[in-house]
Amino acid sequence: MAVKTKLGSLAHYEKGGVEVIDDDPKHYVFSNVFEVASKSKPYEKVCVGKNIKNVLEAIRAEGTSPWYTASHDEAALVMDGTVEIRLVKLDQPAARDDQEGTTMLEGQPRGRKMGRIVARRGHMALLPKGSAYQFHADNPGVILLQTLFGPLTIERWAEICQR
Amino acid sequence: MASENQVNEQGYRSFKLGDFTFRRDEYFAHISYPGGTHTLSVDLFLRALMRDVAWGFFYGTVNFDSVFGTTNHYGTVDVFIGLRNEAYWKNNKHFVQTFDSNEIMKVFRNILEDWTNEGFDPFAAPEETGSAFGPKHGSNRPALERARVTAKRMVGAKGDTGLRREADGYTVNRQFADYKPEKLEIYPEKGFEDEVHAFDFFDYLTRSDVTWNPSIVSAVRNNLLCATTEEYQLPVIHGNDRVEWFLQLCDQIDWLVYDGQTGKPRARVTAKAGDICAMPADIQHQGISPKRSMLLVWENGDPSLPDLYASGKLKPYPVEF
Repeated sequence: MAVKTKLGSLAHYEKGGVEVIDDDPKHYVFSNVFEVASKSKPYEKVCVGKNIKNVLEAIRAEGTSPWYTASHDEAALVMDGTVEIRLVKLDQPAARDDQEGTTMLEGQPRGRKMGRIVARRGHMALLPKGSAYQFHADNPGVILLQTLFGPLTIERWAEICQR
Repeated sequence: MASENQVNEQGYRSFKLGDFTFRRDEYFAHISYPGGTHTLSVDLFLRALMRDVAWGFFYGTVNFDSVFGTTNHYGTVDVFIGLRNEAYWKNNKHFVQTFDSNEIMKVFRNILEDWTNEGFDPFAAPEETGSAFGPKHGSNRPALERARVTAKRMVGAKGDTGLRREADGYTVNRQFADYKPEKLEIYPEKGFEDEVHAFDFFDYLTRSDVTWNPSIVSAVRNNLLCATTEEYQLPVIHGNDRVEWFLQLCDQIDWLVYDGQTGKPRARVTAKAGDICAMPADIQHQGISPKRSMLLVWENGDPSLPDLYASGKLKPYPVEF
C-alpha cells in the first residue's frame, strides 16, 4: 500500500487541538508554527515554546533579516521555504557572555565571512556562538529557532494558543 | 515461587530485585512483590523495558502499564506497583522500593537479554519485527545494544555524533518511501569548513531504524532538541517530572493524557504537522501514531527542575495567559 507523508507549510496546514476531559486547554499551550508564521511580520521572533529560559521561536522568513548574534550557539530548522543563512566570524563578540537569547546588530557585522548555507524544508543549521548571521528568503518561509529567551523574543500566547 | 536464575520449563530465567521477582512464560511477564503479583503481556513488558534501559530511566516516571513502573531520581530509582494508580495507593495496595541506578540497570539488562528471543526487536514497530512470544529461542543482543544518540552540539558537527547514511545501513523507512529530500547547499569559506554546518534533519529522521526513542540532535546549553520517529503506540506511559514539549513534524500523533498521581484521564491532544504543545509537569501521557511520523521532543535538561516542580516552586504548566 502506498504511503503518504503529510507535511505542513505556510500554504497548507491542518491543525489538531486539545480535547479536554478534566483539565484546562491552556495548560497545553497548543499552537501551530505555520499558523503563527502566517500571521507574523517578517523576522518577528514569536515564542511558540517556552521552558523556563529555553525557547523555540517561530519566524516568518521573508526578504532579508537584520544581522543577529548570540553569546551561545543557536539552531535554525527550516520548516518551509528556502532560506539563505549568511555567516560572519565577528572580530569582537557583540553579545556579552551573560546576555542570553538573540541580539540584533546595528548595521553590518565586522569580521571575516564564514560562508553561507542554503537551507530548505527539513534542514537544520548551526548558528555558532561568536558569529553573526543573517537570513534571506526570496519567498515566505518558516524557521524554527532553538535559543534562549532574549530581548527580541515576542510572547503573544493569548493570540496564538487554544483557549 | 521461582528463585533467582532458575530456568523454567519454557527456558527463561527468573530475576530478583530487592523484594521484586520477575519471571516470564510464553506470553506474560509476572512481577511478584510482597503484596501480590502483577502480570502484563511480555511483548509490552519488553518494549517498555527496552526504553527504560536505553534511556537510563529517562526524565521522571516510566510506567510499563497503569500499575508497574520506575521513577528516576538521577542516582537512585524507585520501582513501584500502583504508585501512579489511585485505586492502589488509596487502598494502601501500592509497593515501592528504591535502588541504586546501577543495581537496577544491571538486573534490567539481564532480564532484557535473557527474555528477548531471536527475531524480536523491542525498539522496532510491530510490523517490522518478529514475535516476543513463545518458548525461549536464541537471542537478539545487537538489537538491545543500540546506543542512544546524544549530540553535544549538533548531529554531524565536527567531533559530534554522526549522520545516518545509506552506506552505513541506514535505509529510508518504508513509511517514508514517498518523502523527497530537498537539496541542502553549504558554501564555507576557506578555513571555516568545520564551523559552517547544517544537515538534512528530515532525511536523518526518515532513516531511523527505531521507534519511540527520542535522541538529542541539537543542544543549546540545557535546551535539548530530541528527535524520534513514532509508529503504533508509545510502549510506556511517560510520567513527567518537568514540562516537556512536542512539535509534530509530519503526519499525526494523538496523545492520551492522564493525571500524574491518580492515572485518571485529563485530555486528548491531537497533533498534526506544525502543531506544538506542552505536556505539563504533573501528567502522564501515551502517544499513538497510526502512520510512522516524525516528532521533535523538546526537553529542558536542567537537573534542578524535578525538585522545583515537586516542591511547588514552579507551576506544572509552562506559560500563563
